[in-house]
Order: sequence, then C-alpha cells, then structure tokens
Amino acid sequence: MSSPTEARQLTFSQAVNEAIREEMDRDHRVILFGEDVAAAGGVWKVTEGLLDRFGAERVLDTPISEAGIAGLGVGAAMTGLRPIVEIMFGDFLPLASDQIVNQAAKTYYMSGGMTSVPMVFLTSMGAGRRLAAQHSQSLQAWFAHIPGLKVALPSSPHDAKGLMKTAIRDENPVIFLQDKVDIYQKGPVPDPSHEYTIPFGRADVKREGEDLTLIATSSMVRQALDAASELAEEGIESEVIDPRTLAPLDEESLLDSVRKTARCLVIDEGYQRYGAGAEIAALVGENLFYDLEAPVRRLGAMDVPVPFSPTLEDLTIPRKEQIVEIARQMLED
Amino acid sequence: MALTTESPPSQGLAAAARLKMLRQMLTIRAFEHRVGEFYERAEMPGITHLSIGQEAVAVGVCAHLNRNDYITSTHRGHGHCYAKGAGLVPMFGELLGKANGYCRGKGGSMHIADRETGHLGANAIIGGGIPLATGAALSAKVLRNRGVGVSFFGDGALNEGILLESMNLAAIWNLPAIFACENNHYGEYTPTDQVTAGRLTLRGEAFGIPSAEVDGMDVLAVYDATDAAVQRARGGGGPSFFVFDTYRYLGHGMSDRTRPYRSQEEEDEWRSQRDPIERLRNQLLGAGLCSESELDAVGQEVRAEVEEAARLAQEAPFPDPEEVDRHVFAD
Repeated sequence: MSSPTEARQLTFSQAVNEAIREEMDRDHRVILFGEDVAAAGGVWKVTEGLLDRFGAERVLDTPISEAGIAGLGVGAAMTGLRPIVEIMFGDFLPLASDQIVNQAAKTYYMSGGMTSVPMVFLTSMGAGRRLAAQHSQSLQAWFAHIPGLKVALPSSPHDAKGLMKTAIRDENPVIFLQDKVDIYQKGPVPDPSHEYTIPFGRADVKREGEDLTLIATSSMVRQALDAASELAEEGIESEVIDPRTLAPLDEESLLDSVRKTARCLVIDEGYQRYGAGAEIAALVGENLFYDLEAPVRRLGAMDVPVPFSPTLEDLTIPRKEQIVEIARQMLED
Repeated sequence: MALTTESPPSQGLAAAARLKMLRQMLTIRAFEHRVGEFYERAEMPGITHLSIGQEAVAVGVCAHLNRNDYITSTHRGHGHCYAKGAGLVPMFGELLGKANGYCRGKGGSMHIADRETGHLGANAIIGGGIPLATGAALSAKVLRNRGVGVSFFGDGALNEGILLESMNLAAIWNLPAIFACENNHYGEYTPTDQVTAGRLTLRGEAFGIPSAEVDGMDVLAVYDATDAAVQRARGGGGPSFFVFDTYRYLGHGMSDRTRPYRSQEEEDEWRSQRDPIERLRNQLLGAGLCSESELDAVGQEVRAEVEEAARLAQEAPFPDPEEVDRHVFAD
C-alpha cells in the first residue's frame, strides 16, 4: 500500500467505481448492466457517472430480472464481452443461481477448456442496515462451495479497488461482494496515477501479533481490528489476517499465521453453520492440529433469518465484544 | 409484423443445397440410431436423448447460420450440434466420454459444444441455454459483427421463467436473437397441452416479438420461416420467436420404451404421414432433381460415414486421469 500522504480518502463505492471506470477505459469489451446502474448510478452509488462516460451501449439499466440478466451476462462473456452484472443485493443471487452455479461456473470445465466466462457478479452482502431477512444475508459460502467460481469480499476501499480490477481482468466468473454496512466508509486509496491490482488468493495481514490469529472477512475485519486493540490493552497481541478472496483461498498465509500464534479464531458474517468459518477452521485443524494451543474457534452470524428490529438484528451479527470474549477464553488455559 | 416473404426463399435453393439438407437430416438420424445401438449394447455411459423425427428444425434453421453465429442447444441436442457444423468423430467421442471428444469427454451428450462452429453448448437445465444465446446476441450487437444468437429449446422451456426474462431483454434491447422452440408435444413424459396454458406463440407476441408457428417436419418450411428472421436480426431488426411443430419418434430418454402416455396410432401417423426425411426425399424426386438410386447411394454413404466415425470414437482412448481437475478455472 502506498503511504497515506499519497492516498486520498475514498468510500468503498467510490473505490469500486474508480476500478470499473479504469477498466472500462482500458478494455472496450467491458460492459456493465443491472438494475438502476445507468441513469441512477446504482443504489450504492457504485456506478455513478459511468453512463455519461461510456454511453448507453456499455452501461445499461435492466429490468428486475436477476436470472435473465445473469444469463445474458454469461452468454455475452462466452462470446467476446467482459460483462459486469450487478445483482443489487446478495439475497437476490438465489434468483440467478442456475445461471451462476450451473452455467457460469461449469462452462469452462464442461467444454473441456473451450469457452471461458470472464465476468463479474457485483453484489452486496451483510446485515446491520435494518433491512431484514431478505436484504441482509451473507451468502459467500454458497458460491465459494462451487468449483469454477471465484469469490472476493474486500474489507477496505483500497482492497476493493484492487480486487475489482483483478475481477474484471479474470477469465472466470467472480462473485464480488461489497459489505453494505461499510459501503460509505472511507479509507485511503492511492491516486489514480498509481495503478494497482490485488491478485486473488493473497491474504493480507491487517495487524501483526504473536498470541492469536483472527482470520476475518469483509466488515468482520473492522470488528477484529477493534477487538485486537482492546485485547492489546490486556497484553494480548492478535494478528488480524484477511483472506480477501474465499476462492481462491490463500491457505499458506493463513496457516503461516496460525503456525506462529498457535491459536485461531475465524470470523465471517455468513451463517456460522456450514459457513466459510467452518471451512477455514477445518483447514487449520487438518494441517496444524499438533501445533495448536487451543481448539480452533469460529464466529459467524447467528443461524436465524436476520430480524428487522434493531435490538434483535444486532444480536445476530458477529461483533467485537464476542471476539474479545472468545479470544480471552482461548488464552485462558 | 409478418414473418413470411412473398415468394419462399427455398424456391431459389439449388438442387445441391436441398440435397445437402437431406444428407444432413439422414446423417443426424443415422447418428442417433448409432447412439441408440451404443446404448443398447451398454457401450455408452450415462443417459441420452435422441432427436429422431426432429431433424428438420436443426437443419432448416442452421442452414442460415455461419461460424460467427452462435447457438445453444438442449439435452436433445445432437442434431443441432451436427447441423451447426460439428464433425462426427469428436461428437461420438464426446458421447462416449473419450479424450477425442469435443469437450475432452467432460461434457457428454447433454453438454456437447463446439466453439469452432459457434455451438456454445447443449444444456441439461431446461431453458438454461436461452439467456446464453440471447447474451451472444448482445455481444453481436455491442461488437457490431452482424452475428445472431439462436437458442433451441423444447416446449418444456415454454413454462420456464427464464424464457420470458430473456425474451423481454431481447425485445427491449432489440437483440439479434432467435428463439427456436421445438414443440415435440411432450415434456419428458407429459403431454405439452396438459401443462401449458395459452397459445404458444403468444409468449413472444406479448413482448412485441414477431412470432410464428411453423411446420417443423418440413425442412423447407423451417428454412423459409427463419430466412427473413435471420436477415432482420443481422440488420438490427431485433428478435424473433418460432414454435416448430415437430415430433419425438422415440421416448424422452433411452429408458422410456413403452411410452404409455401416448398411442401407437399417434406415433404411426407422425412417422408415416409427416416424416421430414421422406418429405424432402419425395420433393426432390418429384421435382426430378435426383433419382431414386442417387438418393439410395447418399443414404448408404451416410451410414458408412457414421459407422466409421463410431468405430474411430470407440477406439479412441479415455481421458488421462490428470484431466480430472484441469479446466476448472481458465488462466
């Protein structure tokens, strides 16, 4: 990362917008379509200004037809374009699941390597905005489970820009999840004259520490960093590491960190049961069982549909206090 | 908007072009019979669905297409694959799961594709290929290459929402897309009319898409109906929808042998009165364009070609074990 003095403060949505703009400038095959992405600039302001810059042939508003727009994206990707298809909320991915899971993910393999599907499904994830059960889920594990899909879920505007540029250049279908609770959070992003991409499958150590590894994704990274600050006051030094992509997963960096600390807590906002945390915990357990000082722990969203009422919703989302509590337990023995 | 032109374009087709159509239909039928034999002898893995009886739709539509045009096909898709230009050996190879198959044996009968000839793939999800061909039409429009995207699908897909979503998108974006429904009157084991409300072409008309019902047992009728649609699509005139009336002579799959959902009389009537190969053969003979012996010779050549291709595919090796995790991701 460049030094903060060179960097501007951008929101997630501004950073992703800049990534898309740069890639559309660079490659005329990149097109963008989705609900309200053109004239309105997207409900998350991620696509603001793109219609004016690239015109109505490359930036298209669509009907509310998630399966259809996903499928047209797949077909266009198979035949020479590099579409970015916005599915407004991750909760709507199930409407497009056949096209994502049965078509996009499998085409390259089923065709014996004849036809690739270079495209991005740009969507949002996460609870915390009082949007209730059908606008708040974190379904990254569903898609990371499917061979042929890549899954990126950045935790900072800087990472979001670099990962989005990589997603657009990737030859494979990428599910790109923006955590909506953070989407207007600002963070340092290098000046556009300093172009950068972030390769998939490369975890980033967000904080170094010796006592405990906190593996965290998306907005859970912020929770983990806040927990690490609090734990540091008690003399517990946590390492916070963000895989940044669940597929591919940077297994080596995650394992290296846990080798060093011998303790591991995984925090991912998907439902805890059968979630990304379970997969990463199993990875650590299978590889480092004899190096561990404590059982691997995981923390995910409560296994309930996300409730509307704020007092209830907040109980379902993994939070700093829980991380601190589990970390203390892990260091007690 | 009418889809018919004043004088049928097929009237201008030279004898050689008509004979080519006959030859293609004969080849598809011989191929399908040979696939059936593989299956009966337990020499072919998995399941398969034969298109005997439906040859005219694939041949009549694809006669207008070139390599820059894309098609998507269905689980009953061997005919589309061949009509679009694929070769018999890699087709058989794919069906047998051999390394020389179009998809290196990884797709099989239900996923066969041939990029070289613009075949994006058969699809084992009903309606799954429809938005893909429509997306290919979007590419053609954006890249301005005058290509068209044709989705073949069965009557079963008429009740899938993805068809309606794709039609709407094709209509609002004026895409060079052709929706080619093969109505063989049965969705798997269930008669179409029991499960399908409304006049079928209304599904296209509802979106303002020029739509027509066409005799899918007459290859020249299929050719004539689609000629204007393909030209209009290339010229920026937008999508078309066809419901081709056709018939699946055999069962849904190889295990559907007794076909209790329909009568022998019905099957006999389609076979004896409307067979697309007999029909074109009689037209060629009636017009004095070929002799009986010439056509018999074509039939023999076709059967020999198919038999030879089947032999070559059968002799080909299976994929190496290292293939199993190749091509999950493209580089």
